[in-house]
Amino acid sequence: MQLVVENLSVSYDKIRALHGISFSVEEGEIVTIIGANGAGKSTTLRAISRMVPADPGSKIEFMGQNVLKYNTDRVVSKFGISHVPEGRMIFGNLTVTENLTLAAFARKDSAAVAADMKWVFDLFTRLEERKNQLAGTLSGGEQQMLAVGRAYVSGRKIMILDEPSMGLAPLLMLDMFDALKEINRQGTTILLVEQNARLALKFAQRGYVLEHGKLILEGEADSLLDNPEVKKAYLGA
Amino acid sequence: MEYFLQNLINALQWGSFYAVISIGYSMVYGVLMLFNFAHGDIFMVGTYIGFGIATLFLALFMPILPGWVIFIMVIIVTMFLASFVGVMVEVIGYRPLRGAPRASAAITGLMIGIIFETGNLILLGAQRFSFPALIESVSYNVGGVYFTNVKVLIIVVSLVLMAALHTFIQKTKWGMAMRAMSYDFKAVPLMGVSINIIAPLTFAIGAGLASVAGILYGQAYPVLDPYMGILVGWKAFVAAILGGRGSIMGAALAGYLLGFIEIFVAMVFPSTFRDLIAYSIILIILTFRPRGFFGMAHSTQLRL
Ligand SMILES: Nc1ncnc2c1ncn2[C@@H]1O[C@H](COP(=O)(O)OP(=O)(O)OP(=O)(O)O)[C@@H](O)[C@H]1O
Ligand SMILES: [Mg+2]
Repeated sequence: MQLVVENLSVSYDKIRALHGISFSVEEGEIVTIIGANGAGKSTTLRAISRMVPADPGSKIEFMGQNVLKYNTDRVVSKFGISHVPEGRMIFGNLTVTENLTLAAFARKDSAAVAADMKWVFDLFTRLEERKNQLAGTLSGGEQQMLAVGRAYVSGRKIMILDEPSMGLAPLLMLDMFDALKEINRQGTTILLVEQNARLALKFAQRGYVLEHGKLILEGEADSLLDNPEVKKAYLGA
Repeated sequence: MEYFLQNLINALQWGSFYAVISIGYSMVYGVLMLFNFAHGDIFMVGTYIGFGIATLFLALFMPILPGWVIFIMVIIVTMFLASFVGVMVEVIGYRPLRGAPRASAAITGLMIGIIFETGNLILLGAQRFSFPALIESVSYNVGGVYFTNVKVLIIVVSLVLMAALHTFIQKTKWGMAMRAMSYDFKAVPLMGVSINIIAPLTFAIGAGLASVAGILYGQAYPVLDPYMGILVGWKAFVAAILGGRGSIMGAALAGYLLGFIEIFVAMVFPSTFRDLIAYSIILIILTFRPRGFFGMAHSTQLRL
């Protein structure tokens, strides 16, 4: 297993948002965690990228190494865990190119960085057309592309994505997931968190269902799609 | 007319000090959302470092090397040493306070300032030192306007420094990281950038610039004083606010504006009125432009 999460708990001001969840992701896999508002999906990803501290007793390992020993910047630069955060968090006062350049801050392989940037521009041609534009003036969909592009350039071994479909029109949403498929084909593991359960389960190979900070179901994505409980609670059928 | 031009040159010189010093204030505020109230005293420390290096280098190299070479060497070595002081202020003074209430950081800044002032007194005593002249002063008279090569040098060095900084901020990845910090510091580590590199770097640049301002100031006003940073610090703070949150261009412009207002008010009114009138004008400007010249309306995060 590439990413192993065991007994992960996270508390905000003494209120527990995650109650000892465990899951794992294989190298090259696409895995999704689905759940309703406030289930703890974003918190899970933030714990992996060390944006929020995990409670004592939690364990997060990447390629057998203890992730919890490191700060966010090292998690990104040392392990290649790239996080596309909720709300995109692009730098609106920087241009598109500058956003991508900054994402490569810790990388020393400048030739490979240039190739990665080109790859991103080929994948998201709308970004290339706007590469000298301030990122804050991009549309929501374009900002989402930039957030994914940035994560790609930051040296992804695994990309963890927080609702990349949020705020996208249906067609753009499909484009986005095609792009993620392409990124996965390049060898990047994908851990995706989504409220749009149908989309996520069609896209992923395996899935977990998070409810009130606990993982209540797991399995092959297809079987979850057919699961009556999942159907009832998350697929609106 | 000559009188006006004369004062224009004086204002440019005076404004150069404010501009170079207030940039450091503004950068720290923009990048870290922190008013570094120790900045005026960092300027003082930088001036003393410059004084020490200048004295040393003049003794060592004076007849051997031409004056301008020594001048440049003094600037480079002083900047380097002063930026180290800036780094220490960040690492020891402010870093432990990240996430603490704002007032704690403000008080810490004032305390660091007092430590610098009293530390200086303890180390050097109450004796007043005089900054050695690094450049032999030559006066010129162009159409009735008198100026010295030192004044021109002060203005030119300041402009070159500001242009260099601007390029650094716009073109390098560290500059990008600083600008990104001012927009949303929480997202910066996700780019693989350590805040513990960017924060001290920001302080280092601010302190380095302030120390050069100190050397230049020492060429124009050679008397050193452990408390020389206090008033200059507050004025640079005003310029940083007037320029707009974290805007380097704004801080520079506001620094010059401050210089102009002070000099020209003193030209018309008795000099005892100078600060009263000058800062009333600034208050009025801020009333109409509360964010200053280039203040961003938007910042995602309130503070580090
Ligand atoms: N910064 C915070 N401070 C306090 N509580 C928080 C904070 N962030 C999240 N929480 C709480 O933790 C719980 C899980 O939140 P989280 O953002 O992880 O949910 P989510 O599954 O991502 O929801 P959504 O689908 O709405 O994004 C919620 O009850 C939320 O109120
Ligand atoms: Mg969320």
